Amino acid sequence: MMSNRKLVQFTVNGNPVEVAIAPRQTLLEVIRDEVDLTGAKEGCSNGNCGSCTVEVDGVTINSCCALGVEMEGRTINTIEGLAPGLDLHPIQQAFMENGGLQCGICTPGFILSTDHLLKMIPNPSEEEIRLYLAGNLCRCTGYDKIVRSVQAAASAMSS
Amino acid sequence: MRNFDYVAPTSLAEAVQAFGQAGGRARALAGGTDIIDQIRIGRRTPELLIDTKRVPEMMVLEDDGAGGLRIGAGVPLSRVRDHASVRAAYPALATAAGLVGAIQIQNRATLGGNVGNAAPSGDTIPPLMVLDATVVIAGPRGTREEPVANVFAGPGQLTIQPDECLVEFRVPAPRANTSSYYVRFIPRAEMDIAVVGVGVSMMLNGGGQVEDVSIALASVAPTPVAATAAQDVLRGQTLTRELAREAGERAEEATSPISDVRGSADYRRELTKVLTRRAVAACAGQLGVSLS
Repeated sequence: MMSNRKLVQFTVNGNPVEVAIAPRQTLLEVIRDEVDLTGAKEGCSNGNCGSCTVEVDGVTINSCCALGVEMEGRTINTIEGLAPGLDLHPIQQAFMENGGLQCGICTPGFILSTDHLLKMIPNPSEEEIRLYLAGNLCRCTGYDKIVRSVQAAASAMSS
Repeated sequence: MRNFDYVAPTSLAEAVQAFGQAGGRARALAGGTDIIDQIRIGRRTPELLIDTKRVPEMMVLEDDGAGGLRIGAGVPLSRVRDHASVRAAYPALATAAGLVGAIQIQNRATLGGNVGNAAPSGDTIPPLMVLDATVVIAGPRGTREEPVANVFAGPGQLTIQPDECLVEFRVPAPRANTSSYYVRFIPRAEMDIAVVGVGVSMMLNGGGQVEDVSIALASVAPTPVAATAAQDVLRGQTLTRELAREAGERAEEATSPISDVRGSADYRRELTKVLTRRAVAACAGQLGVSLS
């Protein structure tokens, strides 16, 4: 039953969009399947793994646990909008240089959570990094290199 | 996910009308971190989700004019966690708001959702209970205010009628020489559900005795419960390590725990004793009384 779709307007990475959304469609499904941005990933589908992390009105959320129809008038940023064009954001650069990823499925979520952390705490301690990234799970790299990547990003962005 | 309808009322009157017309076939959608997953796995099957985030009364976070605080049922926990007067006046609530899920969850999940979902393990519930918080409930028959402690009927079930909704929480002004503390046990550092949680609010008098105390427990009964026998042990007494230990022993009387994947009933009873003792000691410490 997709008959009860509603027209919803919001911005994604600065671009206004208007999408016909059924209430049952999660924000993640809307971003991937209607807006065609596939950086946010579906992992656990229940708010544990953080692979679907996006920013809505300035804060990170799990897009698998939000509905597309809730987004009327909201401002959404995804990994695709973090750096313009082919440039890399300093956080992306730091993850690359410090081996903060292997398969890459979790990486967009980790990078957006790092961005949120560094906006709140520009020079976080290791404990703060591990706390703020507790909602992002990685099954291959392990967390030490991710923590080092975040520290390198914090250092690059504050210098 | 099965389909349902969705409305986003922009006034309390509209929201009350929507809940009233749905007559129990609707659920509130605040942060969605519980209800969306429950719909996905088929645990709840609402025909309508009523989004509470555009109702001004459900989004307030402000002084109530009498030194207390109003917290809308739809306010994200990260705002409660970071709110200066919550941190200063209601530390148990600030702590609990920062323990629910991860940062992404705290940016969405709400007090209305944590209470409305009525999980016995809800971390924000013991703090709300020991802080004597009330909740404003609106419905077709009018608006009323209930102590938070009175709204739980069982796991996942509230005492409010299906056509009613939670609007806002009211936390009374903190009394002098009073502090509060929340502690839970989970087998890892973050991202888990309380095996046992204990909230304490305590007021000392000028002589250093316990003038008043309130203790509430999560995850040890079908609903969050007050540990009244433990409170009675402490009230009027001078705090000592032995007294805190005795309060812990008596807290067990309020429990009727189950054994599940997170811990056995025996383990929960033992944790209740230990965490209550530690929470009483920590709360005393915040009031300048060291029990070590």
